[in-house]
Amino acid sequence: MGKISDMVKRNRVLISDGAWGTSLQQKGLLAGECPEEWNISHRSDVLEIARNYIYAGSDMIQTNSFGGSRFKLAHYGLDSKAEEINRAAAEISREAAGDKLVIASLGPTGKILMMGDVSEEQLYEGFREQAVALEAGGADAACIETMAALDEALCAVKAVQENTNLEIICTFTFDKTSAGDFRTMMGVSPSSMTTALIEAGAEIIGSNCGNGMEQMICIVKEIRNTSSDIPVLIHANAGLPVVKDGNNTFPETPEDMAGLAPKLAEVGANIIGGCCGTTPAHIAAIAGAVQ
Amino acid sequence: MSETTDRIALLVKRGKINKASPFPPDLKEQDGADEQTKAALDSGAKPSEILDGCMKGMQEIGTLFSQNKVFVPDLLMSAKAMSAAMAHLKPHFQSGEVKRKGTFIIGTVTGDLHDIGKNLVSMVVEGCGWEIVDLGVDVGADTFLEAIEQHPDCAVGLSALLTTTMPAMSQTVAAIKEKSPQTRVLIGGAPITREFADKIGADCYSPDPQGAANYLSTAAA
Ligand code: B12
Ligand SMILES: [Zn+2]
Repeated sequence: MGKISDMVKRNRVLISDGAWGTSLQQKGLLAGECPEEWNISHRSDVLEIARNYIYAGSDMIQTNSFGGSRFKLAHYGLDSKAEEINRAAAEISREAAGDKLVIASLGPTGKILMMGDVSEEQLYEGFREQAVALEAGGADAACIETMAALDEALCAVKAVQENTNLEIICTFTFDKTSAGDFRTMMGVSPSSMTTALIEAGAEIIGSNCGNGMEQMICIVKEIRNTSSDIPVLIHANAGLPVVKDGNNTFPETPEDMAGLAPKLAEVGANIIGGCCGTTPAHIAAIAGAVQ
Repeated sequence: MSETTDRIALLVKRGKINKASPFPPDLKEQDGADEQTKAALDSGAKPSEILDGCMKGMQEIGTLFSQNKVFVPDLLMSAKAMSAAMAHLKPHFQSGEVKRKGTFIIGTVTGDLHDIGKNLVSMVVEGCGWEIVDLGVDVGADTFLEAIEQHPDCAVGLSALLTTTMPAMSQTVAAIKEKSPQTRVLIGGAPITREFADKIGADCYSPDPQGAANYLSTAAA
């Protein structure tokens, strides 16, 4: 199948998938339930989410393993099942993907290294365990996402690099500061992320979540000022949710996001998908707009 | 303010924990909040001067954080430096020689596992002289009510980061206000707004930890 980073060099914008968390909620996942446990207990619901993205035109889909590190699973008393849950996550997406690619999600652990919450060795071991299981389940790449701290992200990159053959994607989540520049909550800017991740050997970098498509255009510009050739993946959310008539609604429609997608590609994004609040309809619209 | 107070304030603000800590680089190999507090107390400084220093340092870093001029790691290092200084004050708290301003109970509401913002709020409020009871994440109304029973004069802080857990916040505020109407309730978290706070009957909304500390100081005075 080849590497994603080689595919993007052939000058085509690739399409990734949309939200998982919010899709699971629509299928009945309750606040306080473990989303990743559904890989075992609600396999067919998870499979349907993955399939719907393939039908919508995704060239690659993620796995339901964002919170699959043993540190997050521990909250539900499921840390001893990390291997099983992550392997199942990749198997489900593999089944849905057919000849498309599976990019396995690894989210932050919620632990802060500099606070001494966990040691670097424990963190490494958690990411290693998760990545190995995802590879065993059939993933093609690891998508280390929603990162905020460089030390945690670099630890994850290293664990994937040293223990699997997965291609490495790593994306950070940025907020706009009151001065108008972009920083993660730990103070990392898109340019310092770019430098550090390229040096660490990440093959594809970028940004996910955040606050909608328009801000992502500014973020990609900053990444491109630092590196003109590293492949860039963007998973924007459909804006930040608001509660309307008691329902959680995301402001950006498929048309809104598709309208900005060509601009995002023009400033340098190579792979475009969605994060929280995006649906197969968003992905289909984005695919239509850029391909 | 005394010289001791100012020195401790600076070390807390800069996040200089102790001599061994390499952070911040420009203070490498110098004494930190740990050593300086001990030395000050040994040479007769009043515990209240140290506490004032912690409060001043945390207030200054908290304000810079509200202005996006520093980020989470800076606040965390300051909180660690504060804890290092406070550790020396423990016997003086126990003997009643220095007093806390009161008790602040904090937790993230049912269904919500985000705790970074909540932890920062506890650190800054602790730095302003309050005793903290941290109930953790995914905390139900009953747990808050039990904690209030144990600390009747406390103030309570609720954190929610998900729009889907805002209803749980609203229910928790209602439960607290029903059982203990005089207890002041502060709420916060990225999706929370002042309008929401007004609507659900919370006493205070703040977008950042410093606002919560300021409210508590004025409301307690
Ligand atoms: C880190 C993070 C996580 C980590 C949490 C780690 C941890 N230990 O806390 C992890 C990866 C586990 C996570 C999980 C999820 N997350 Co999350 N997460 C974030 C992220 C990136 C940062 C939050 C944060 O810590 N910010 C930094 C702190 C310092 O800010 P803060 O919490 O707002 O707190 C400040 C103020 O609000 C205030 N404050 C906070 N509490 C209080 C309390 C009082 C009393 C007062 C006065 C003030 C106050 O003071 C703090 C300091 O200034 C945000 C995006 C963002 N940029 O906000 C998404 C975000 C909050 N998450 C989101 C979602 C959807 C999820 C998941 C559902 C994802 C999923 N698919 O599984 C899960 C939910 C898990 C659960 N049941 O809770 C959405 C929420 C959307 C919404 N509004 O509903 C966000 C906004 C992402 C997005 N853009 O869509 N997440
Ligand atoms: Zn998201």
